[in-house]
Amino acid sequence: MGGYILRRLVSAVPVLIGITVIVFVIMALIPGDPATAILGSYATPENVERLNRHLGLDRPLWQQYFVWVGNLLQGDFGRSFALNRPVLDEILDRFGATLVLAGTAFVLCSVVGIVAGTVSAARQYGFADKAITAAVILGISVPSFFLGMMMILLFAVHLRWLPVSGMYSMFGGGDLADLARHLAMPAIALSLVATGVVARLTRGAMLEVLRQDFIRTARAKGVGEGRVIWAHALRAAMVSVIPVLGIQAGFVLSGAVYIEIVFQWPGVGRMLVDAILRRDILLVQGGVVFIAACYVGFNIVVDVAQAWLDPRIKT
Amino acid sequence: MSFPLSRRAAGLLSAAFLATSALTAPALAQTPPSVLVVGQIAEPQALDPHAVTAVNDFRILMNLYDGLVRYAPGTLEVEPALAEAWEISEDGTVYTFTLREGVTFHDGAAFDAEAVVWNFERMLDEDHPYHFTGPFPLSFFFSVIEGVEAVDTHTVRFTLSEPFAPFLSNLAYPTGLIVSPAAVQEHGQEFGRNPSGTGAFRFQEWRSNERVTLVRNPEHWDGMAASEAVIFRPITDANTRTAEMLSGGIDIMVEVPPVALSRFDGPGFEIVEQAGPHVWFLILNTREGPFTDVRVRQAANYAINKSALVDDVLEGTATVASGPTPPAFAWAYAGLDPYPFDPDRARELLAEADAEGAEITFYVTEGGSGMLDPVPMGTAIQADLAAVGFDVTIETYEWNTFLGRVNPGLEGRADMAQMAWMTNDPDTLPFLALRTDAFPEAGGFNSGYYSNPEVDALLEAARVSTDQDERARLYKEMQEIVQQDAPWVFVANWVQNAVTTDRVANFALEPSFFLLLKDVEKN
Repeated sequence: MGGYILRRLVSAVPVLIGITVIVFVIMALIPGDPATAILGSYATPENVERLNRHLGLDRPLWQQYFVWVGNLLQGDFGRSFALNRPVLDEILDRFGATLVLAGTAFVLCSVVGIVAGTVSAARQYGFADKAITAAVILGISVPSFFLGMMMILLFAVHLRWLPVSGMYSMFGGGDLADLARHLAMPAIALSLVATGVVARLTRGAMLEVLRQDFIRTARAKGVGEGRVIWAHALRAAMVSVIPVLGIQAGFVLSGAVYIEIVFQWPGVGRMLVDAILRRDILLVQGGVVFIAACYVGFNIVVDVAQAWLDPRIKT
Repeated sequence: MSFPLSRRAAGLLSAAFLATSALTAPALAQTPPSVLVVGQIAEPQALDPHAVTAVNDFRILMNLYDGLVRYAPGTLEVEPALAEAWEISEDGTVYTFTLREGVTFHDGAAFDAEAVVWNFERMLDEDHPYHFTGPFPLSFFFSVIEGVEAVDTHTVRFTLSEPFAPFLSNLAYPTGLIVSPAAVQEHGQEFGRNPSGTGAFRFQEWRSNERVTLVRNPEHWDGMAASEAVIFRPITDANTRTAEMLSGGIDIMVEVPPVALSRFDGPGFEIVEQAGPHVWFLILNTREGPFTDVRVRQAANYAINKSALVDDVLEGTATVASGPTPPAFAWAYAGLDPYPFDPDRARELLAEADAEGAEITFYVTEGGSGMLDPVPMGTAIQADLAAVGFDVTIETYEWNTFLGRVNPGLEGRADMAQMAWMTNDPDTLPFLALRTDAFPEAGGFNSGYYSNPEVDALLEAARVSTDQDERARLYKEMQEIVQQDAPWVFVANWVQNAVTTDRVANFALEPSFFLLLKDVEKN
């Protein structure tokens, strides 16, 4: 097992190097530079040149890349042009908020999706199956930012049950209940599509497993149906569900971008969108590398979990 | 078959239900009295007035800092602030300011002539020990300053390299606000997050993407603010901002999207409007293609139904522009009649110029500072021009890309491009965008290559005159000529709007588009 984990860790290195190259090249290629974005209508060639010199952007690209990566390796992500503060401070400030939102959405989509998919499979073509399938298709089809807006209108503006946006109340609040009230709508909106995908997948995997011999054997031995489904079949089905969970984690992270905008959640998704519009190169690069590293790390954990569930994978 | 699932599912369901009702149980509190919550359009970049360029940031800064001068309420005319009085030398190159005594910065340091000198040297002198706390993108507003010196503790003298009439207006702009040197020295590059000025409010807290909190400065030289505190909340999405306003989460909302205005018509809300120093226009390429002919340029001005644009596309959040100078500059505005919507006249002119069916490449942006609703405006304009016989092809670009294509000049690329400017002095826009010496190759913004020696002479003369009446006369004459020459299609002047709840009193928008909250009350 230790060897397997080590191999997976080593294989992550070229991925991360590739990401630094790709994000650097993309930021270099997209039209518009930070100086023009900062100066707006006042971007004369002269003003742009003066500002670029101040920002250190007048050096050749390859030099800029190696300076950047060299600094990254020492944990220095550089300074954001637009926010005029260290990139890492900004990322760490924001990442907690994204983690709370994406984490909640991820737990929601995993638990609800697996339970719904299992129930669906256990009652194939029954009422529960049809109801769940209908709900899942609806959930997958509605764009989550639209759903978010509709939830705001209903629950915040009309019913006034929940706050419109933000992470904590402006006055009072700040405790866990306050956070939960603010978290409810964005987490549900964000998890919905992923929940649908996980539910469909679990249903399919379960149906396949339920047809296998060992299930018939278990039933023949007189094992209760609940135990057959939740203990025997689900564990076997999880082998094909777990890698999809890893992918959904990435989906939830990227979906957080627009959900964070709709619900004004102070996370990294919104930070990245603002940074791209302002051509805040170091913040975009730092943010992408940071998120990519988290995603790669999470997928290693998923792979290891899968290997632990299914010993055949290690070889 | 047993049904262990159903029971479990029922249990889960009721647990979920209980959890939701527990979450929703406490009624949502209204915002407390005497604390203004302002819904902003974005997170500020920094609270260092010399380091930022966005109106969004200015809205906070004008309440934290004072300048030597400021715009008198409701106008774009300059009045004393931290300077009580000033004298301008005969030749217009030496400005001597007498500073107000007994003013202190929020950090306790005294405001004096040395502090003023320090502020301008930090911005302008690349060898200044604190120049690294920049960059200072708008420092060129003050590039005519040759030297600043403290004559005594409360007198400061600016020497300019040449007479420069907009100097006082530029001092009233956020780039001219005075920061505490001691605070910059203490915080270095972090000053933008730990600001200290002399303003009516002092800084308390900035939580990234949640809020910036300011509290009343009890020692403000111009009297104490009416409210105890102001909270600025960044809410990027316009729909979410509207929802926050409707649900009572904010007290003041700026830049209400046109389509949302009607939601605030009823009781409980007040809509406030104010035209600003903004002009939205189409740059026409006068160097090549159909718009080299003045008749074709005038035809475009006649062909476009500007009233329909401002009323229908912009839902009344703008007025029809008549020329290059917006009416907000009351003292310098010529009050010309706009080109009427007259498609027949446009067709006649096109026939005279033998330009029927002229092919036009039209640059449209997806959005951008002051650009209002550029895509629907672009398609409406395309349809109006097509109706009189132009053949218009639209090319759409994201804002930064768009600037990168327009600012270097339209030659070889396009015949027409959208543009909007917001300035603090009637000099700025025509000087940078209508003079022969402001062609892009000379570092200016005259991207359509308009050139008229008469206009050049008028603008040069207005720039060096320190007599405001004389300047007004020159600008008015310039407007008449430019309107006739039609180097642009003059389209709209933006009317800024805001909504407040009826708990807010004394709120007004300024023609400068700054947000001044000192006298605003909330009960």
